[in-house]
Amino acid sequence: MSSIPRYNDAALPPPLAGKVRTARGQMLRMLLATVLVALTARPAHAFIAYVSNEKSNTVSVVDTDSWTVAKTIKVGQRPRGIEFTRDGKFVMVAVGDDDTIQMIDAKTQAVVDTLPSGPDPELFTQDAAGRTLYVANENDNTVTVIDLEKRARLGDIQVGVEPEGMTISPDGKTLINTSETTNMAHFIDTGSRKIVANVLVDARPRFAEFKHDASELWVSSEIGGTVSVIDPNKHAVIGKVNFEIPGLRKEAIQPVGIGMTKDDKTAFVALGPANRIAVVDTATRKVTKYLLVGQRVWHMAFTPDEKYLLTTNGVSNDVSVIDVAAQKVIKTIQVGELPWGITIAP
Amino acid sequence: MIRWLVGLIGLALATTQALAADSIEIGVGYLGVAGTRSTLSLVEQPAQNDGVAGAKLAIEDNNTTGKFLNQHFTLEEHRIKEDEDPVRTATALAEKNDFIITDLPADALLKVSDALRDRGTLLFNAGAIDERLREADCRANVIHSAPTRSMLADALGQYLVWKKWSRWLLVVGSHDQDKLYADALRRAATRFGAKIVQERTFEDTGGARRTDSGLTLIQRQIPVFTQQAPAYDVLVAADESEVFADYLPYRTWDARPVAGSAGLEPRSWDAAQDQWGATQMQNRFMKLNSRRMTALDMQAWTAVRMIGEATSRTNSGDVKKVTDFIKGPDFSVAAFKGTRLTLRDWNLQLRQPILLVDGRMVVSVSPQEGFLHQVSELDTLGYDRPESKCKLK
Repeated sequence: MSSIPRYNDAALPPPLAGKVRTARGQMLRMLLATVLVALTARPAHAFIAYVSNEKSNTVSVVDTDSWTVAKTIKVGQRPRGIEFTRDGKFVMVAVGDDDTIQMIDAKTQAVVDTLPSGPDPELFTQDAAGRTLYVANENDNTVTVIDLEKRARLGDIQVGVEPEGMTISPDGKTLINTSETTNMAHFIDTGSRKIVANVLVDARPRFAEFKHDASELWVSSEIGGTVSVIDPNKHAVIGKVNFEIPGLRKEAIQPVGIGMTKDDKTAFVALGPANRIAVVDTATRKVTKYLLVGQRVWHMAFTPDEKYLLTTNGVSNDVSVIDVAAQKVIKTIQVGELPWGITIAP
Repeated sequence: MIRWLVGLIGLALATTQALAADSIEIGVGYLGVAGTRSTLSLVEQPAQNDGVAGAKLAIEDNNTTGKFLNQHFTLEEHRIKEDEDPVRTATALAEKNDFIITDLPADALLKVSDALRDRGTLLFNAGAIDERLREADCRANVIHSAPTRSMLADALGQYLVWKKWSRWLLVVGSHDQDKLYADALRRAATRFGAKIVQERTFEDTGGARRTDSGLTLIQRQIPVFTQQAPAYDVLVAADESEVFADYLPYRTWDARPVAGSAGLEPRSWDAAQDQWGATQMQNRFMKLNSRRMTALDMQAWTAVRMIGEATSRTNSGDVKKVTDFIKGPDFSVAAFKGTRLTLRDWNLQLRQPILLVDGRMVVSVSPQEGFLHQVSELDTLGYDRPESKCKLK
């Protein structure tokens, strides 16, 4: 069973999974694993998802094997953007009303440190090496640059009104920030930290996601009700994804989170109060299916094996689990109040 | 000598053109009335800069966006004094500003719009809620970011009916605008199936709004005024003149909630609104103006943002292009109300959700669930296309 070691990595107590690298450690690790497998006899591929609950000021830790909440961590006020550090050791969560980003130790599952973000941080992104963090600060029209190793602020970049969506190009050279009231995607050169281009999109752009091959940038517009497909080299909108759901008024379709499969063939778009995830064929930019999830769906994260996609449903206080291959919702997990962001251990 | 002069002029022209190519200047005027109205509640007393403070914030927002597009917005404010001719003032303001936000009474607005029609100036009515400005007296050069009385009344009516408080005791003030609001409330009752069990008029007998011994008398007066009413669920007050409505809550003969001009009030915006990203907006406003944001501030903010939205989409500051875009099918604006706001093309009224507020909290937002419409649920608020008497010209 080739899949067992992988399962061990995720399911073992963190000190063993993360640090022990000696032969003795390996031995112990395998032994423990065998015991664990024998004890629980659970199927392979368990992952840990962290869900930020905007209203309850908590982070729910979800076990993707049992699909249950394993732990609830108390964090600061109004947690929204949430992401693992690249090394998988920490979970960073933006607590907007406390004007900071908290770091949760993935081993102890407790808040251990804070990062010096600007006021009201919401979403953030990091470079491929996991050294630099870029934070959108909604309240003062800036993006804050943070050195993740020193946990120190390196500087600010002035952007449009209410910066929100953040992503970085696969080569790490271009940072994308979307500003909600300016309605633009700002292209920022990570070397000079200067804006090199601004692309106008539809109203209230909230989230940006690159294709893995860097050929396209997708930006969702919550109030505009569309996803703009941008050519990142030409800095131009080359297409738009439109949504139409029979029996649902247009205003209820409010695209937010976007998830792109590793082969870049399929995109999943969260449609907010439309309570659906749109499955989009990226070649034709047409919706092939709408999956009914919980109420006011915000964001999503794939399990690393890409078997499942988990979505946060703000109003119904739950997380929907989508079987990616079957394109079906298979499970709903109750979490805290107003779940917003989600990240899954690498 | 002449050659030298010509050369100088030529140089001056060239410099101006070079500057113009650098940045497009977009002038926005704000035309209000001097002085503030008096309210019953001291905390509701409007600030001197009520309205224009919202316009000022939107100018800042537009300029943040504008710096990426080489567009620059300026704001020029003028308050008309009692003895001043609004037409002359507006014409002077239109010299430098192709767009003017107005907070004027209906008659003055109509005079101004007719005077500026040939000039091509685009007006945004941010203050007047009068139905007639969108109906019989509608104008092709006036866009309305303020809601109408019927939109406000319908927003309240839908909620009261949803709450199953369908028996209303209607109390109407004695001034003209109170009667207009009462008309809108009666219309709402009929549309949504509420019943007005009785109507009473509260006569304005004059007198000061604030007196040192005021409350003793009111405490005796209001219970007597509201006694012996037929069975009702909610008292609905129409008192735009601020004469009596705020005296009603907790003083009615029967223990009943109050709505309309006091208690639960329909408004386009409120300082307590924090949904749909509004917190950022409220914070920005507070930082700039050192006070909280009112409905009039929001209506002016929205008007200036509509201009900014159109200039960025058209990449132009040309008033004709901008006007055509705003009136066209692709226009919408985001205004922290959970949905895009669009224009009713038949009378240039901005569609918008209406908040129901109690002075501390947002209680609900209309349109209420279940009030359906074939085009937009926002059109369940106010006069709809088939009822409209507006012929734009």
